[in-house]
Amino acid sequence: MSTTSLEAPATTPAFQQVSLARKVKNGFATTLVWFSFVIAVVPLVWVLYTVVVNGIKRLPYSNWWTEDFGDVLSDEVGGGVVHAIIGSLLQGLVCAIIAVPIGMLVAIYLVEYGRGKLARATTFMVDILSGVPSIVAALFIYALWITTLGLPRSGFAVSLSLVLLMIPVVVRSSEEMLRIVPDDLREASYALGVPKWKTIMKIVVPTALSGIVGGVMMALARVMGETAPLLVLVGYSAYTNWDIFHGEQAALPLLMNNERVSNPMDPGSVGFDRIWGAALTLVLIIALINLLATVFARLVAPKKK
Amino acid sequence: MSESSSTRTPTGDPGGRSSSVTTPPEVPISEQPASTAAPQPPASEKPKKVRPGDRIFQNLTTGAGIFVVGLIGLIGLFLLIQAIPALKANKADFLTNHGWSTSDPANMAFGILDLLEVTVATSLVALVIAMPVSLGIALFLTQYAPPRLARPFAYVIDLLAAVPSIIFGLWGILVFAPTIEPFAQWINETFSWFPLLAPGNVAPSVRGTIFTAGIVLAVMILPIITSLSREVFERTPTPHIEGALALGATRWEVIRTTVLPFGKAGYVGASMLGLGRALGETIALAVILLIPQGKNFDWSLFDGGATFASKIAANYSEFNNEVSAGAYIAAGLVLFVLTFLVNFAARAVIGKKGE
Repeated sequence: MSTTSLEAPATTPAFQQVSLARKVKNGFATTLVWFSFVIAVVPLVWVLYTVVVNGIKRLPYSNWWTEDFGDVLSDEVGGGVVHAIIGSLLQGLVCAIIAVPIGMLVAIYLVEYGRGKLARATTFMVDILSGVPSIVAALFIYALWITTLGLPRSGFAVSLSLVLLMIPVVVRSSEEMLRIVPDDLREASYALGVPKWKTIMKIVVPTALSGIVGGVMMALARVMGETAPLLVLVGYSAYTNWDIFHGEQAALPLLMNNERVSNPMDPGSVGFDRIWGAALTLVLIIALINLLATVFARLVAPKKK
Repeated sequence: MSESSSTRTPTGDPGGRSSSVTTPPEVPISEQPASTAAPQPPASEKPKKVRPGDRIFQNLTTGAGIFVVGLIGLIGLFLLIQAIPALKANKADFLTNHGWSTSDPANMAFGILDLLEVTVATSLVALVIAMPVSLGIALFLTQYAPPRLARPFAYVIDLLAAVPSIIFGLWGILVFAPTIEPFAQWINETFSWFPLLAPGNVAPSVRGTIFTAGIVLAVMILPIITSLSREVFERTPTPHIEGALALGATRWEVIRTTVLPFGKAGYVGASMLGLGRALGETIALAVILLIPQGKNFDWSLFDGGATFASKIAANYSEFNNEVSAGAYIAAGLVLFVLTFLVNFAARAVIGKKGE
């Protein structure tokens, strides 16, 4: 006891010995932090549970996957969602065909060429673009495609608006992947006299491909769940429509919204089953795309020694 | 032959390989262009020959970059052009009028005040709920969760972002709202003297209210705020943490003295990104919010109403003539400007931290 005064520090230590108050505070914080994680998991589990329990009723029937609602009354049991699946996949595919090349070129520009003001502006605009609400993207395509160019509402217009939402996601993920390609690879290629563009296309992009594809698939899954552009840019059709440029075309989110508006949503009613069936189908498709992304990423991943 | 000079300039990192070897893990993801100023292409003695393939490819990628930069301007421009005729035909003041009647193109009177108020109210409710929770989750994932489980846990949170918003909307109104109805009712009755919790304009229903919508919206913006905050918290310098631990700090004190000060700007920026997302959320709110009959928003959380986005989505059937559509496009333009400003501010806050 008496020795302590000799070696007392010049200033009081920042942290006193662990008093009860500090222990309580620490324990309280720990509890809160764990609790907040649980709070976030609850709605996720709850939503997925709701979708599965309510949606599973119609899915086992084969006509759910092979027929459309065209010849079924709105309150009649039967029919399927194949028209909406086709619409969703077509619109998503066309969107990806347009958005992926643009997004990757932007990412390559940012990583390999981008210097100075334009590169900064591009990074900034990609950030802004990723914050543009889907309804604004839809209105933009409406203003451009339908009122200015006078073209009809179609699945293709939806694809165009989805492109706006997909580009920033593709750019971000591709950019991240391209940046972690080691410079050694590039330099080895240059040393062999390979032109820069060939180096990028044959060395850099293939090396990063697994990550890029993963990012693209995630982006695709995200835009396929969008509803707002569908409302503004295409009409719902209960019949299967393979033509993305003409006529009305269904998509899973649009089908859900259509049933929501036109049918009473009492549990057990036809509309209720359809909505949740379509929701489960959509969730399954999104999960499948994500799964494919993971599998594909494994397959094309550069071999490690 | 001419490659000898080009081997150095085209690499991803202008600092050259030897200096870059030490730094890569520290480079902030959002701050890449910080390193742009450095390289003057080495003054080559003879003019360098550029291969046509290289020139084409560079122009192509640069063109894509310019396209993206131009896109934002185009969005604003086209929305503005389409909005002007409707704004000219508008018989009410666009900025201060509460009502919205556009079904008759010859006799339109619409204003955005009500939409703006409901949009801000829902987003703020969502933000007030989501901010502390996602702070907790981000801390949990970076500081508390067992390292082996941190990744799968983070994936679980990201899954929330993968759920389509229409499913959130349907779940919100069909499942969640009935479940919390007794609780909402109780709050509404007990605290009805408090203006924010007064009986709403869609009473007696307390289901399709800003209260419900705000909670569902909070769940939807959780993953955005969490993932960005987590990214920032992860970059807290280890020496800071170890220093605090060495001084005998408890875990909470470590966080309070190192992680939080370091990550504050990132967290604020992330929350603003979440706000931007909340402002623009469309279909979930269109599904949940009840539209009051002939009543305006009256600053109660138990009011119904429509946000910019949900108003547009709910009235897509009016997109049959250009003038009516123009009114909604004008509302969309305001929403675009609003989200642009919020995102701009968010990026500025995050960017400043990175330097």
